[in-house]
Amino acid sequence: MLRTCLRLIVPVLLVVLWWSTSTASSSPFYPPLSVVLQTFRETWLFAQLGSDVVPSLARLLAGLVIATLAGVAAGAAIGRSRLLAAAVNPAVQFGRSVPGTALVPVSVVLMGIGDAAKIAVIAFVCLFPVLLNTIDAVRGIDPQLEDVARSYRLTRTQRLVFVLLPAAAPQIFAGIRTALGIAFIMMVVTELYAATNGIGFVTVTARSSFDVPLMWAGTVLLGLLGVAVSVAFLALQRRVLRWHTGMTGRN
Amino acid sequence: MLSVTHLQKTYGSGEKAVEAIRDLTLTVAGGEFVCIVGPSGAGKTTLLKCLCGLLAPSAGSVVLDGEPVTGPPRAMAAVFQDYSRSLMPWFSVARNVGLPLRNKHRSAAERDARVARALDAVGLGGFGSRYPWELSGGMQQRVAIARGLAYEPEILLLDEPFASVDAQTRADLEDLILRVRDDTGVTMLLVTHDIDEAVYLADRVVVMSARPSVVVETVEVDLPRSRDQVTTKSLPRFAELRAHVLTRIRRTDAEPASAGGPTVGAMR
Repeated sequence: MLRTCLRLIVPVLLVVLWWSTSTASSSPFYPPLSVVLQTFRETWLFAQLGSDVVPSLARLLAGLVIATLAGVAAGAAIGRSRLLAAAVNPAVQFGRSVPGTALVPVSVVLMGIGDAAKIAVIAFVCLFPVLLNTIDAVRGIDPQLEDVARSYRLTRTQRLVFVLLPAAAPQIFAGIRTALGIAFIMMVVTELYAATNGIGFVTVTARSSFDVPLMWAGTVLLGLLGVAVSVAFLALQRRVLRWHTGMTGRN
Repeated sequence: MLSVTHLQKTYGSGEKAVEAIRDLTLTVAGGEFVCIVGPSGAGKTTLLKCLCGLLAPSAGSVVLDGEPVTGPPRAMAAVFQDYSRSLMPWFSVARNVGLPLRNKHRSAAERDARVARALDAVGLGGFGSRYPWELSGGMQQRVAIARGLAYEPEILLLDEPFASVDAQTRADLEDLILRVRDDTGVTMLLVTHDIDEAVYLADRVVVMSARPSVVVETVEVDLPRSRDQVTTKSLPRFAELRAHVLTRIRRTDAEPASAGGPTVGAMR
């Protein structure tokens, strides 16, 4: 209870500060918070929820899921084989160095302005944190666990599902968490440039049509969604990695 | 029956070659309890890995019930030294014990029954839903033993299984393993550097030299079959056997069996 209060103090103070400095504002670019909130309610609760918020989040999720599946599969293979690692390392280093934002124009030219191009960019950029963490995790697996698995004649699939992946899971989750942050940025960036819907699209359109309160409302929504997505992910991680939290909590 | 004939194992090749085992020949009959004892660094773990098919010998053969061992045999289970690294921390105790049974027993009910029996046999009935890291070191090693038992092997290989637990727990686990042997009749092959432990547990002690290892002597342990930490260890015969094994190990330390071996020359 005390901790909850403590955590709320700074956010409440910031909102009060925003409210008090904006309430008498005459600048058209810094509208009163009351106006921003009013616009927020009218736009996002829930008039444009289905038309813009849902498509944004769906693309975010699709990109992240694709990146996770591909990153874990490729990472497990690369982590097991020194030969494969040596062969693909230059390409991986190149791919991770390309700024994600630079891929947006390329994706539009190649794949158009639809969902596919945006999902592809998000997935590409998110692939690397997952991939690199998986490679590292798989390499670091205790050889004795593998001896145990082999001596009890577990099949390759069983070794993958019951030994390799669970052992790598904590690090894989750390990779996905990094990817999630990047995915959120790329979700917005892909909508600023050649889009027809999405939270980023609404926000940037509002700016160009001088609907400043809506631009602010869009930014507030993005901040809130960022927090919500992160909290949801942590809850999932706590569930899946309960053993890990329990074990490390003891040492 | 397990028979090992002129087993030899060298790691690496050329200049960097290290000969871990030079020449080991031994047999373990069904139902027997054999301890292999040797000084630290005697290639004991290498030997065990060759026996359970995890490592291919450089020369010689391992044959279990007439079948050459080329991979992990179905009739063999292994208990490793470091329990904290041999149990899966993401699985409960029961799932750890049941994991190797998936390929043998398709029905989950049958698997569960075997897991429960094995846990009861090591005194851990009721701990199935706990995680390994919630248990003490001795209990974790008992889980590893239960996993071996549930697999229903003909022979259980134990690699210094009690090296990482305290003295009291160690004595308890020694008696546990003897009781398990009496109850199930499973053949036991235990590797250790502890002479007391070897003499106390075994029907036969195989004394190994330091690296590169050879068999120095095989000692028949003619102590009464039913062992007890206090009475067995205070028997004069126990002290004699213990002293004998110790002398043999000391002597191999003093005159390394290596004298003039080509690979050892390369190491220096």
